[in-house]
Amino acid sequence: MPDSTLVGLHHEEEHHPELLHHFATAEQQRDAASLGMWVFLGTEVMFFGGLFCAYLVYRHWYFPDFAAASKSIDATMGATNTAVLICSSLTVVLALWAAQTARRTLLIGSLILTMLLGVTFLGIKGKEYKDKFEEHHVPGASFSFSGVPVPGHPGQYANPRHAQIFFTLYFVMTGLHALHMIIGLGIFSWLLTMAWKGRFTPEYHTPIEIGGLYWHFVDIIWIYLFPLLYLIDRHP
Amino acid sequence: MLNNFPLWPEQASTLAHHVDALYIFLLIICGMMTLLVFAFLIFFAARFRYRPGVRSEQIEGSTALEVTWSVIPFLIFMAIFVWGALVYFQERTPPADATEVYVVAKQWMWKVEHAEGQREINELHVPVGRDVKLIMTSQDVIHSFYIPAFRIKQDVLPGRYTVEWFRATKPGVYHLFCAEYCGTQHSGMVGSIVVQQPAQYEAWMNGASTGPLSASGEKIFAELGCATCHRSDMQGRGPNLQGVYGKPVQLDDGRTVTADENYLRECILDPGSKRVKGFQPIMPTFQGLVSEEQVNALVAYIKSISTGKPADGAKTSASTALPQSPAGVWQKAQANGSQGQ
Amino acid sequence: MKMSPAIPQPVERENYLNKEYGVWSWLLTTDHKRIALLYLVSITFFFFIGGFFALLIRLELLTPAGDLVQADTYNKLFTMHGMIMVFFFLIPSIPAVLGNFLVPLMVGAKDLAFPRINLLSWYLYIIGGALMLHCVLTGGVDTGWTFYAPFSTSFTNTKIVEAGIAIFIAGFSSILTGLNFVVTIHRMRAPGMTWSRLPLFIWAHYATSIIQLLGTPVIAVTIVLVAAERALHLGIFDPKLGGDPLLFQHLFWFYSHPAVYIMILPAMGVITEIIACFARKRIFGYSFVAFSSIAIAVFGFLVWAHHMFVAGISVYSALVFSFLSYAVALPSAVKVFNWTATLYKGSIHYDAPMLYAFGFLGLFTMGGLTGLFLAALGIDVHVTDTYFVVAHFHYIMVGGAVMGYLGGMHFWWPKISGRLYPEGWARLAALIVFIGFNLTFFPQFVLGYMGMPRRYYDYSHMPEFQVLNVLSTAGSTVLGIGYLLPMVYFLWSMRYGKPASDNPWNAAGLEWKTTSPPPTFNFDEEPVVTWEAYNYDELDAPHPQEVPVAR
Repeated sequence: MPDSTLVGLHHEEEHHPELLHHFATAEQQRDAASLGMWVFLGTEVMFFGGLFCAYLVYRHWYFPDFAAASKSIDATMGATNTAVLICSSLTVVLALWAAQTARRTLLIGSLILTMLLGVTFLGIKGKEYKDKFEEHHVPGASFSFSGVPVPGHPGQYANPRHAQIFFTLYFVMTGLHALHMIIGLGIFSWLLTMAWKGRFTPEYHTPIEIGGLYWHFVDIIWIYLFPLLYLIDRHP
Repeated sequence: MLNNFPLWPEQASTLAHHVDALYIFLLIICGMMTLLVFAFLIFFAARFRYRPGVRSEQIEGSTALEVTWSVIPFLIFMAIFVWGALVYFQERTPPADATEVYVVAKQWMWKVEHAEGQREINELHVPVGRDVKLIMTSQDVIHSFYIPAFRIKQDVLPGRYTVEWFRATKPGVYHLFCAEYCGTQHSGMVGSIVVQQPAQYEAWMNGASTGPLSASGEKIFAELGCATCHRSDMQGRGPNLQGVYGKPVQLDDGRTVTADENYLRECILDPGSKRVKGFQPIMPTFQGLVSEEQVNALVAYIKSISTGKPADGAKTSASTALPQSPAGVWQKAQANGSQGQ
Repeated sequence: MKMSPAIPQPVERENYLNKEYGVWSWLLTTDHKRIALLYLVSITFFFFIGGFFALLIRLELLTPAGDLVQADTYNKLFTMHGMIMVFFFLIPSIPAVLGNFLVPLMVGAKDLAFPRINLLSWYLYIIGGALMLHCVLTGGVDTGWTFYAPFSTSFTNTKIVEAGIAIFIAGFSSILTGLNFVVTIHRMRAPGMTWSRLPLFIWAHYATSIIQLLGTPVIAVTIVLVAAERALHLGIFDPKLGGDPLLFQHLFWFYSHPAVYIMILPAMGVITEIIACFARKRIFGYSFVAFSSIAIAVFGFLVWAHHMFVAGISVYSALVFSFLSYAVALPSAVKVFNWTATLYKGSIHYDAPMLYAFGFLGLFTMGGLTGLFLAALGIDVHVTDTYFVVAHFHYIMVGGAVMGYLGGMHFWWPKISGRLYPEGWARLAALIVFIGFNLTFFPQFVLGYMGMPRRYYDYSHMPEFQVLNVLSTAGSTVLGIGYLLPMVYFLWSMRYGKPASDNPWNAAGLEWKTTSPPPTFNFDEEPVVTWEAYNYDELDAPHPQEVPVAR
């Protein structure tokens, strides 16, 4: 989100076209942008931190119900999505390397590939949401989770009220994560435009660096979400 | 002395004296600290005011001074902390033999039930010199049971019990406030604590009794058919409840909890969540089927049958197959249960 | 904001105020100084709205019966008073106005690191504020600013979701300000401006920014959960649906306690600058004052549950949080001692900013010491949720933070506007605020220990509380006048005030080394710092009234 403003394009200065007026050197500008993104990610950690805290409390209290609810989501799709995101992190790194070494085709290709993987992730996520909607597992008036057995405890059924808490957290956490993915796609389409115009050089590629930081962060959040939401008390 | 000072609240419980003593200590300490800081401020401000030709003298700082004025306040703080904690422990630890009174809060009234069965609204009668423990829950939002003259306050939460206790020391009528904002008529959720001499209290008590709370609990216990599974011998489908109160219970998931009021309450309203080891999850939830008052009565009953008999050891259950229909089983077993008891 | 000087002058130097004119030159500016003024206008607007609600509250409490307004109206009044004052005045007050204006000047930068994010933060604030106003005008909220569940999620019929979104948006405005400060302080310092040469105002804002960055997102996500629970009838916090209302309180106070330090730390920074300047001295124990700011920010995150000693938490966690609360009190005490020691062997001037600083010291000391009462577990049980708490936090947040804010406005007004305010009026206002404040809030300590619960609109069951309430209401009108006065003479001075010299107080600090008002990029040439902070041994006494300035 912030990096769109980090890089100005309208200022004509004699030594470097991308240097904003209030920075002394290009290096200072890059350091500031990069620190800004790191600090912003610190904020993001706390943003998800509140949700993880709520999740851990209720998971501790209502473990069997959480296990039952977790089992009802499709772990294969979740695992596929994890793989998709890990691949996209790789393509982000490739894009950065391409920018550093002035490989324009590779840069544009990697950016496009990253975005395709991001869209694939959202597509799979959408399918999951659709399934949940059809199964009436979306919290709210039509929520229904009766008669679902608790894994490993024959004869015991999950409490729908507690399962609803799981699904609330599931939708809020994955929903916010998906929102971050969508913002990431916005950032990357902007990066793609800039790359298309040939704005990035081995000397100047800060936007790719900090856009990549953001993308990696969103990936890492998913790496935590996947086991916490999909793999509670699963046994092979 | 304090009671004649119009800017001081009445002291009408044993705790009030402890709280006031700490408060006075803090007033003195903080008053001294304030005076000290202000004295220095005023002295410096006057002594070192600007005079033409006199320049300020630059001083870098002094680690020795910094350490001094960190360590000394810290020691004072620790004294306050320890004293405050001791008073808090007293406030939070009801004596074991305290008389129990159940309180149900709702927007915007207090409903009180004595163990002997008296019910009151926005009033609580208690005798002088007896420990009284309030077991409180809320039907809707968070409230807070606050008696300034006793210096006690405890939030009252929906869905669980909270506890506070006091021993009144002076007959009189005192304010009862709801101290946690609870909606439109929050300021109308006030009442009176009537502290009476024991004789008067007995007279009041005998006025309108409907039988002890545990007796109505026993009745509800029977009406709901609880006794069919929770039998007093070892043959029940559910755990034997004799002597269970206050004892550790082994749960199905390996944890061990103490069977306090909150546990009993949870078992009635949400039996699946903390099931006793060795029993099947066959008990239906009573959430929405029993009122807060009925839960209180049931808890009072279960506690009453626990104090009479010594506690049983580890329970071994001879549970059988799952029932086809819980409702049918209750009725069937109710018939058996009446013989069993 | 435009100035058309009444006094004939030689050609005015180009500065940030007269460089461009017109609405868009303000609304699309990326100049941190102009954004600071945008913030100044907007938070003043919200301050007077919140203050108006406070006056209505006090008027209602003049008599024990609920006769001025309905119960629902009263509940909305104190809720909107709290929400507006906390989220739309106090949190942005010093950081977004004085901090925005001064942080780049003090570190010797041309602007904040991300000027457009700075403007974005103001727009977010305005969007949040507009939403909050809309919420107020179309019914408001009656939960108290604390939003306690399950009342807020399942019971009240008022506009929780809308107010929540407004606060959510304003929260991101606060985060972005903090982000800008952290990066600016780290990366934009002028050559020679080492960490140990930074003014303590900067240290205070650095600590504040850490809290804004790490605390605000937690309340943001809590509000998301409340809104979701309310809109869809879920059960995250409502025990009827399996949720835990205490979890809400933990998440809420995890931000809202540190938020108090967002309000008071910048005020401490302001006071430090003022005391050093008017005592003509280097601050006593510079590094202790600097690190106490950081210590407050860190410990501030570890004490949230001291708001919940009677809420149903365990005895042992209460013990831990009580202990940590005393730990966080220590750095504040150290600051007060260092300020006092700074006066020793000074050469003290009593200009209006210094009077505010003295007022701050008095009120903050009392506010801080009454915090010791509340952190003592045994006493907290009796006085929490009573007027004792109300008085305590007003001493900190109004006595402390607002005194600091006003002191800072007076101190830097010549730099901001290029004009001098009328000194006599300013001293009078400082006195009125101090007296009015004590008259309003001191009686509330007594009321609180007597047991009067907060958020009661009708106390006809306990008429014995009336005398003290009347005193408090009387004080609030005095206080109101004290707050109106500076606004009047600041506005007056923009047109009629004497022009200020570049450094009317002869103060140390880079912001005084440039012109008043500063040029758009702050310094005509990049400053190089070769001196320590607060080098008052090299500066003469202040003489603000005597300087006829040729520009």
